[in-house]
Amino acid sequence: MTAVQTRAEASATPAPRAPRQPSHSARKRVATVIWFVVLFALTLLILYPLIWLVISTFKPSSEFGSNQGLLPNSPTIDNYIRVAEGIGGIPLWRFFTNSLVIAGLSVVGTLISSSMAAYAFARIRFRGSGALFAAMIGTLLLPFHVLIIPQYILFQRLDLIDTYVPLLIGKFLAVEAFFVFLMVQFIRGLPRELDEAARIDGAGHIRIFVSIIIPLIRPALITSAIFSFIWAWNDFLGPLLYITSPENYPLPVALRLYNDATSTSDYGATVAVSMLALVPILLFFIVFQRFLVAGVATQGLKG
Amino acid sequence: MTSTTPVTSAGAPEVASAARAVRRGGPISPGRRRQQRRENVAAYGFLVPWLLGFFGLTVGPMAISLYLSFTRFNLFGDPRWIGFDNFVRMFTDDPNYVQSVTITLVYVLVGTPIKLAAALGIAMLLNYRDAGSGFFRSALYAPSLIGASVSVAIVWRAMFATDGPVDSGLSIFGIQLGGWVGNVDLVVPMLILLAVWQFGAPMVIFLAGLKQVPAELYEAAEVDGAGSWRRFRSVTLPMLSPVIFFNLLLETINAFQIFASAFIISNGTGGPGGQTNYYTVYLYERAFANQQLGYASAMAWVLLVVVAIIAFILFRTSRGWVYYGGDSR
Repeated sequence: MTAVQTRAEASATPAPRAPRQPSHSARKRVATVIWFVVLFALTLLILYPLIWLVISTFKPSSEFGSNQGLLPNSPTIDNYIRVAEGIGGIPLWRFFTNSLVIAGLSVVGTLISSSMAAYAFARIRFRGSGALFAAMIGTLLLPFHVLIIPQYILFQRLDLIDTYVPLLIGKFLAVEAFFVFLMVQFIRGLPRELDEAARIDGAGHIRIFVSIIIPLIRPALITSAIFSFIWAWNDFLGPLLYITSPENYPLPVALRLYNDATSTSDYGATVAVSMLALVPILLFFIVFQRFLVAGVATQGLKG
Repeated sequence: MTSTTPVTSAGAPEVASAARAVRRGGPISPGRRRQQRRENVAAYGFLVPWLLGFFGLTVGPMAISLYLSFTRFNLFGDPRWIGFDNFVRMFTDDPNYVQSVTITLVYVLVGTPIKLAAALGIAMLLNYRDAGSGFFRSALYAPSLIGASVSVAIVWRAMFATDGPVDSGLSIFGIQLGGWVGNVDLVVPMLILLAVWQFGAPMVIFLAGLKQVPAELYEAAEVDGAGSWRRFRSVTLPMLSPVIFFNLLLETINAFQIFASAFIISNGTGGPGGQTNYYTVYLYERAFANQQLGYASAMAWVLLVVVAIIAFILFRTSRGWVYYGGDSR
């Protein structure tokens, strides 16, 4: 932080050229104003699609073809009222609940399985650790395409189609190596003296893991929880493949129902559901943005 | 800084040397050996879920998919061995496949550099000042979180529809493009823009890297009379090269996996004119709409090989342009 400030000053204060001194603070102020204006305009441009979405949900359906402006001529909450009734006899809250169940259980599974694996990789010296760690890193780069077909056949043979098992089992088995890697990095950063002291006091690995490591890696657990929630909430291909009855659909697949059935006639409903599907993520983002940005910055997580 | 690089360099060797140390420490005393055995048991105990997932959901399926790629299989009968037929058919007798490869490569090879250039440029802009940059950083990062969602695909389609915000915005400047969604020439650029829009994640990583560049380097360059372009070329780029490498590798591999946005924008048809029939969309269609699971498995393995080659090339050439030195890291 301080490094950046000193650098900014250094570049603005060309020491050898003293005569310009008086105007320099004024020029710096102008530069700051330009900086704010440019970034503000850029942010507005980047966030425009989201602003458009929020405002459009208050447009009556009839205006979607005719009113090209951003603002609705006659604002209404009709879209939300109509959408709450659901589609095809299934109420909207049902899709929300399904999504919440899937995302919630994904978080639980990811945290338990990834932290266990990370503890073994980061803290225990064991035969084969080098090869297994390299294999774990390798799965970070593996395109999922080589897995979906055999996995589909497997779950179909096990008669697990139209259940949440295919969507969740991987989370309970630490398949997403990102989280294992994130936690390994975090545990490696903790001082080893802590567990050595506990070991001298007679604590075994389970005890050290539960009472020392888990409480100390809380920031990594929170970051992992947020990301696994958001990824599970957004996942489209998984439920598209495995969930066949509409009453079991999570939101993204249900959205497709609106999108297909009503794109010509009821645009208002489609944008309203799109908006509602983003609300939990945006809430998470607003509350936890420090954790998210820190997690990305230090671990290079994909967004 | 060190925390982003181990994926590529430091992590594995470190563990490998630890493992060697364990092996070397073997034949000392029976008590020591018993203790090592206990450590092994404990480690594999903690690894049970991961091992089940690794072998049951990753390695096993990979082997099955490799076998299926040499067969004809429709989920209900038995797979029938046909040798390399699937692979031959792909490149000689399936114009849709060739088109799908082409648009996917265009999307990856054009979209990823633009996205990373935008990420780096905006990260440098944010780095100019500390106070107030936190808000912009967070706001600009938001699209990365939601960009792959169905909701955003629906919004994006509306943005680029005929008389939509983009179309009417451009016509103010006298550019009459019409809707991008149904236009064979504009639907790929439209999806590249959707990828570029999600520059926030690499931007945050670049910004963290920029904060690690020692200010003395810039001061020294300035004393030597280096202008701003020279400082960027000779200080910023080399010092950031590990981060650039990391972002390039991850973003390239991610870009190959585009699915939900292309699928939603075309309603699963791959249209107009096959221009949204990206690799994953086409693979999904072959596997699950046409029940050609053998052919689709062959497609998946070709992709795996291509991704492996790209990763290999990046790793090999990285020795020439990635700079892991400097006392500050």
